[in-house]
Amino acid sequence: MTDCVLTIRDLRLAFGSRRNNSAVLHGISLHVRAGEKVALVGESGSGKSVTARLAMGLLQESQKVHATGSIRFDGIDAIDGGREIASRRGNRVAMIFQDPTSALNPTFRIRGQFRDVLRSGDRRISVADADARAEAALAEVSIPDPKRALDSYAFQLSGGMNQRVMIAMALANRPALLIADEPGTALDVTVQAQTLSLMHELTEKRGTAVLLISHNLGVVREFADRVYVIYRGRIVEHGTTAQLFRDPRHPYTRALLAAIPKISGGGLPDLPERSPDFESPMITHEGCSEPEGLNP
Amino acid sequence: MILKSTLRRIGAALIVMIGISMLIFAIARVMPGDPARIALGPNATAEQVAALRVERHLDAPLPVQYLEFLKALSRGDLGRSLYTNRPVTTDIAQFLPATLELVVVSAIIMVLIGLPLGIMSAHFRGRVPDHVGRLIALIGVCTPAFVWGVILQLFFGYFWPIFPIEGRLLESTPPPQGPTGFYLIDSLAAGNITTFFDALHHLVLPALALAMSGLGQTARLTRANMIDVYDKPYVEMERAYGFKPFRIATRYAFRPAFIPTLTILGLEFAAMLGNAFLVEKVFGWPGLSRYGVEVIIRKDLDAIVGTVLIIAAAFLIMNIVVDILVGFINPRIRLAAGKA
Repeated sequence: MTDCVLTIRDLRLAFGSRRNNSAVLHGISLHVRAGEKVALVGESGSGKSVTARLAMGLLQESQKVHATGSIRFDGIDAIDGGREIASRRGNRVAMIFQDPTSALNPTFRIRGQFRDVLRSGDRRISVADADARAEAALAEVSIPDPKRALDSYAFQLSGGMNQRVMIAMALANRPALLIADEPGTALDVTVQAQTLSLMHELTEKRGTAVLLISHNLGVVREFADRVYVIYRGRIVEHGTTAQLFRDPRHPYTRALLAAIPKISGGGLPDLPERSPDFESPMITHEGCSEPEGLNP
Repeated sequence: MILKSTLRRIGAALIVMIGISMLIFAIARVMPGDPARIALGPNATAEQVAALRVERHLDAPLPVQYLEFLKALSRGDLGRSLYTNRPVTTDIAQFLPATLELVVVSAIIMVLIGLPLGIMSAHFRGRVPDHVGRLIALIGVCTPAFVWGVILQLFFGYFWPIFPIEGRLLESTPPPQGPTGFYLIDSLAAGNITTFFDALHHLVLPALALAMSGLGQTARLTRANMIDVYDKPYVEMERAYGFKPFRIATRYAFRPAFIPTLTILGLEFAAMLGNAFLVEKVFGWPGLSRYGVEVIIRKDLDAIVGTVLIIAAAFLIMNIVVDILVGFINPRIRLAAGKA
């Protein structure tokens, strides 16, 4: 078995004060192996984005976040956040966001932001080296005039351009894991498809593991090797992409698959949300069980 | 171009100045009381009073008086003070630098303490440094400047007398001669370090008293705007890419938050010009504000109009400066201006 980059075990999360809080995640377990592409699929509010943010240690600082369970990334414990995971952000793990244009600071040029991204990988990198690497990285994501892009502000570039910039930034420090949180959902469909295939190609080439968070099963089917279906803070089904699309077993997964928009009026399936079926136990497809032991 | 938009702003400011001059001109003249009688005192004869009224065109209709005023203004003449019996321009030239020096130093204190206080509060939101910062800001905002003056005099001039509480310089220090009238600048230009530190020593308490409310306002605004910015996706991106929290606070979150704050800073500066009236009174500061109060009480028409116009001009100039600065730090405005 190849090494796991990210292993999450029985992750529970509640928002609020110690006494009065609401549970958001009810024991999520998932793993991503080196170089593997894993999708986490679910509707809005199912907990997919917070799972990813917890894995990066981004939420733990807040006193209103109570997370238990275990998160191991890159050989360290990340469940309580802290310095170790913080020092790996932007370096061993990077993230791509929904709307690339609003994920770039509007008051700074791309160049300065890119320098700081590279500094996360190498604190003592010189300005000249950083600029050279940034230019090379932008050229790699097929940005025609890297120098000009670096001297632009995000609002001067198109959404597709900004997404390419984000991909270049994400991969600039050769992370072990790339978390893509609904990448490019804010972009139009053709641009989204282009940037996704670019991301696929580059991560494939470098052996970067990807955790893709999405509600779009079409994207997941093309992109991922393995899929977790998350519903209301629980993983309800887990299998390889082929297994899951061929033989969806959980009623929620079936409902999701049926909800793919079709030109001839597919629409949402008529399934009562609170039906007992939704509370049925997690379904794990053959050969997809969680690896034993936490240490990869 | 930036030049073009600046010129447009200066044009607008001139129109505002004309409006203000008309307004203050009219208000000064409809205030009850005969300026000629007040100026000459109760012992003057009715003929003397009448003669002064004729000399100053006080019996002419308002529009005629205003035209006379404009004619004189076009020659750079703001009229004569009935109180000091000197040209108003001479009086203003004597008193304005003291006020401006005080207000400028206060503005510097406001920015240098208010901004870091706000950044600190936002960065440590909900924790002890935030509570301390907010308390300081709140006390600063809700205590009037002259009360600060008295408090500071009491603590740092009386209980622990480390600062002088009156005047711009020690009696024994000769005032520096220089073109600006700013003692700090003139003494430095003359290479006179003793005078410089003496002037600075005298400035600390009044400038701090005057700065407190603007300082609190600046800290509160900076905190509120930065907390808004902390929720933006680009700050999450910066955190997700391992940017150091200190660097985010002082650079990446600060700059977007500072743009709306800067506009308010201009208004705070204007408020300082007004508050300086009271602070100058408390600290015996020989500035324009004190002069302004005197001339209003004495219904010294030309001096009132002159003082108000100068303060209005300072306010408008400050606003133009702020607009230019906003354009400079906000790339959207700067680039849009570049295209137009």
